Amino acid sequence: MIGRRSLLGGLALGAGGLLSGCDRLNASPGFRGLLQGAEQLHYRSQRLIAGSGALAREYGRADMSPLFRVNGSSGPTSAAYAALAANSFADWRLLVDGLVARPLRLSLSDLGRLPQRAQITRHDCVEGWSAIGKWQGPQLGPILRVAGLSSRANFIVFHCADESNGVPYYESIDLNDALHPQTILALLMNDHRLPVPHGAPIRLRVERQLGYKHAKFVMRIEARERIDDLYLGKGGYWEDRADYAWYAGI
Amino acid sequence: MSDEPSLDLQTARLAPHGGDLVVRHRLATRLWHWVNALALIVMLMSGLMIFNAHPRLYWGHYGANPDPAWFEIGARGNHGFARLGSLEAPATGVLGVWRDVAGTVQRRAFPYWATIPSRYSLADARLWHLAFAWLLALGLLGFMVASLVNRHFRRDLTISRAEIRPAHVWHDIKEHARLRFPTGAAAARYGILQKLSYVGVIFILLPLIILTGLAMSPAMTSGWAWLLDIFGGRQSARSLHFIATVGLVAFTVVHVVMVLLTGPHNQMRAMISGRYRVPLERAPQG
Repeated sequence: MIGRRSLLGGLALGAGGLLSGCDRLNASPGFRGLLQGAEQLHYRSQRLIAGSGALAREYGRADMSPLFRVNGSSGPTSAAYAALAANSFADWRLLVDGLVARPLRLSLSDLGRLPQRAQITRHDCVEGWSAIGKWQGPQLGPILRVAGLSSRANFIVFHCADESNGVPYYESIDLNDALHPQTILALLMNDHRLPVPHGAPIRLRVERQLGYKHAKFVMRIEARERIDDLYLGKGGYWEDRADYAWYAGI
Repeated sequence: MSDEPSLDLQTARLAPHGGDLVVRHRLATRLWHWVNALALIVMLMSGLMIFNAHPRLYWGHYGANPDPAWFEIGARGNHGFARLGSLEAPATGVLGVWRDVAGTVQRRAFPYWATIPSRYSLADARLWHLAFAWLLALGLLGFMVASLVNRHFRRDLTISRAEIRPAHVWHDIKEHARLRFPTGAAAARYGILQKLSYVGVIFILLPLIILTGLAMSPAMTSGWAWLLDIFGGRQSARSLHFIATVGLVAFTVVHVVMVLLTGPHNQMRAMISGRYRVPLERAPQG
């Protein structure tokens, strides 16, 4: 029979050892590298299962969140952005450059004149909450085609107007997501001009990935061959800053 | 006592006597038991840290701070609480508000000693959770295949009509409540409560927790839309994921207590090397 005192003592020792052991493993680059291998497993298996064209669920008006909360930053603080916003972004131009044959400078009305896709979709935050809203804007794919995407391009990078600690927010997706029919640059949200807290003037929608990939306040879209030589090399602000996964399908 | 071996009519195997050393658990069972135990501990602790990022649960397709939550853990000033529906319980010191190792007051749902990592990091928690998920799922799959092939499920977990009679189940519950556990040959088999629990964990709780996990993935549900349909939405899946967690924790507590009460050294040896000393038959009473 195990005595109660030795049992409790053993449990406490075991628990304490488990705790500090796990924290130490968490800090070990070797062990983290092993765990990070799962990201490739997710990327490959989910692309296999979802295929290249599988659509995220789209909902009806009745399914929409009564109140769609704001995620991430609620607005860039730079004077430049404030000036653009004050003039309803009439002076704002979206730069599309990098590995493209014909760099573009598109205004809000240019984007509005392109064929629009409206979609009522579910926004899943990495924190765990979800909100359903309606987004409308041109698809990214046709814009990249007009710009003449180079065959050397592997990633599309979104440079944003907001920044934290002097580091600008940015995100990146692969071509499979970039050319997906539900990947749009949203101009309208819930049938109104996209409000500043939700990412004005345009917000990226990448409906098969978690919320932090949906870049807000997009200023420039850049086609690149690689993303490991940009900023801290992990392909996005949160990836660089806190080691979130670049592939956010799960 | 007769020296004649007794025949188990169901399988025509020789039934063991008290005092015999038998192989109780197959290799596949033992391997999976420990891999699964490790995986579940990591999944629980990393899962609690993930929950800390948004400690509210909803039903349906959407759910965020402006929406009504059926369950939440939170803090009002320095008072921590857990709320289920309209029932709220104070939890200061354990949930919602607690002191960390350094003695600093922290406002988060689950405390440092229950989470991986012990300090707040949603990214790190996901790193552990989503990697060990593969170990959990592939382990279960491997165990299921092995147990079909080696007939473990058929021989040891199938429930007979006689066993599932309410009178028999009730009798077993009463015996357990009295801490009177089977001896002799009966101790080398799973009783009805064990069979129900193990079948419940292997075929209901574990698959449920895996599928609800997948249902929270925007990529998986674009390929497998049925994941959203069977659970009634992503937030319902998240709630069910948490409820399945409670089920697994409850099972584990009862399981560990039972191991401690039925000869832990013998039980642990049986689950490591397979060898189990059949408990001696109880002397007849009265």
